[in-house]
Amino acid sequence: MTAIAQYQGSTRWWHSRAARKFMRHNLALLGVAMIVALTLACIVAPYLLPYDSLYIDLRARFAPPMTGGHILGADPLGRDVAARLFEAGRISLLVGFSAMLLSTFVGTIVGVISGYRGGWLGAALMRLVDGFLAFPSIFLLLALAAALKPSPIMVTVIIAITSWMEVARIVDAEVRSLREREFVQAGRMLGLSGAHIMFREILPNAMGPIIVAATLTVARAILLEAYISFLGYGIQPPLPSWGNMLHGAQQYLGSAPWLAIVPGVAITIAVTSFNFIGDGLRDALDVRDGHS
Amino acid sequence: MRSFLINRLSQSLVLLVIVSIIGFGVLNLIPGGPLAQYGLDPGMTQDDMARLTEQLGLNRPIWVQYFEWAGGLLQGDWGHSFRDGAPVLNVIGRHIVATLLLMGSSTAVAIAIGTWIGIRGATHRYSVFDYTATIGAMVALSIPTFWFGLIGIYVFSLRLSWFPAGNMYTIGDGSVLDVLHHLVMPSIVLALVHIAIWSRYMRSATLEAINQDFVKTARAKGLSERRVLIKHVVGNALLPMITLAGMQLPSVLTGALVTETVFTWPGMGRLFLDSLGYSDYPVVMGLLMFSAILVILGNLIADFIIAIVDPRIRLA
Repeated sequence: MTAIAQYQGSTRWWHSRAARKFMRHNLALLGVAMIVALTLACIVAPYLLPYDSLYIDLRARFAPPMTGGHILGADPLGRDVAARLFEAGRISLLVGFSAMLLSTFVGTIVGVISGYRGGWLGAALMRLVDGFLAFPSIFLLLALAAALKPSPIMVTVIIAITSWMEVARIVDAEVRSLREREFVQAGRMLGLSGAHIMFREILPNAMGPIIVAATLTVARAILLEAYISFLGYGIQPPLPSWGNMLHGAQQYLGSAPWLAIVPGVAITIAVTSFNFIGDGLRDALDVRDGHS
Repeated sequence: MRSFLINRLSQSLVLLVIVSIIGFGVLNLIPGGPLAQYGLDPGMTQDDMARLTEQLGLNRPIWVQYFEWAGGLLQGDWGHSFRDGAPVLNVIGRHIVATLLLMGSSTAVAIAIGTWIGIRGATHRYSVFDYTATIGAMVALSIPTFWFGLIGIYVFSLRLSWFPAGNMYTIGDGSVLDVLHHLVMPSIVLALVHIAIWSRYMRSATLEAINQDFVKTARAKGLSERRVLIKHVVGNALLPMITLAGMQLPSVLTGALVTETVFTWPGMGRLFLDSLGYSDYPVVMGLLMFSAILVILGNLIADFIIAIVDPRIRLA
């Protein structure tokens, strides 16, 4: 956040123009509120609910919502859906957030190097980005997930492998446009090292687009985790995730629809919130729409 | 136009090489690598494996192996399915029509609805419709495709019995009408995300075109507002949409895989998952490479269409 403050020319970021603009963005604030509420619920709720997420009670199999203390019903093993939902939220949000950190880190490094160095290295790195983008992400994800044994960390890494390209492209374009600016030339004349100019002088000025892309990457990562876990190749049971709670829910669609509805609503709320926040940040930080 | 096309063609070829290198990397990540097939056979001894390694040349330098593998791809030798021994390209060929049908119909739905929403949003800017469409698009982009499919099946198949819950045709029927009936839900489910994307692009493209000088000229000539909109605004806004359609291909394919799984649609996506389940790596690798090649080809075709349609490139 200090980077934004420098970018806006103020010492306190919450006084900056960007912060004020963001505070006026109703949808973004709604997104922040929903994410905070959801995160708190995932942290606290498992302690407050009457059932443990792994407690199997075969008498409560397929218990509908609001019966026997099961607020959101019970699954085919009689486990409490609410307890599993919040437990799963911890995993899904954590995987989404870590995958974002990892892919933003990789994308930023690749983008800065290719944008600053340019030449054949820059061209090669950007062609590599194009190459990864040519694969439909789910095909690549599933092939990697089947090849490597999926643990939560591996799932995070795999999602990052298929999500770093957007950030790399954005940073590359941003750095290219900043590379010839006076303050960079001044840095070169002062004899600063390439690494110092790249990461200490140019990068802070490219923070806006990176923050926006990172926020949208969280949304994407949560979705991708849900996709591969739903298909059975992501987070493995008994560890719950929003995606794998939906795995197998299809066969009980007629008799126990809450098994399919509940986790999907949680995914949609989380992803929508991050998309709202990303949109608000884009307006607040004056980031150009990447599509134009 | 010629230099533009040659430029794009050479870019695609370079991309093809890079994609094959990434694909080869994934192939070698699979436990057992190209020998995974034989690892499943209990009759194989360590000696047999060593002999096969020798025979298949897997002890040679990695780059030699890569060139042989890539050369095989070029010559149409994509290996054989572990499951039935059929050549991979034939297996893919059996499933491609179903996927193309699904992708085609859903893209048609997405373009029709998305274009309409986008234009209406741009001409009625900041109206209730515009705000609803904007927020609706963001929510639509956030709904997992497979979950939307599940909800669709619950409502329209199980509760209302309007549409079948899966498969491409009723066994014993298979008429065009029957297939269409089965096609409705998966197409709409797959289209949702792309309606959102198309309408967003169309809205900003229309807004951009509305303020151009030639539109003002058209109005000044006294053309009706409708005529100006259809001929001058939409006509110009649609051009970048061709490129967009090409760019959307990976995400359409991703959506198709998930949609096919939910609706047991017998296309490439289902084939991919089934093959994963059986550890049928030649087919998995084949589909991975095939989908990437399809994407590159799709983008190339989009560029060619642009080159023909856009006079700025055609006459350059």
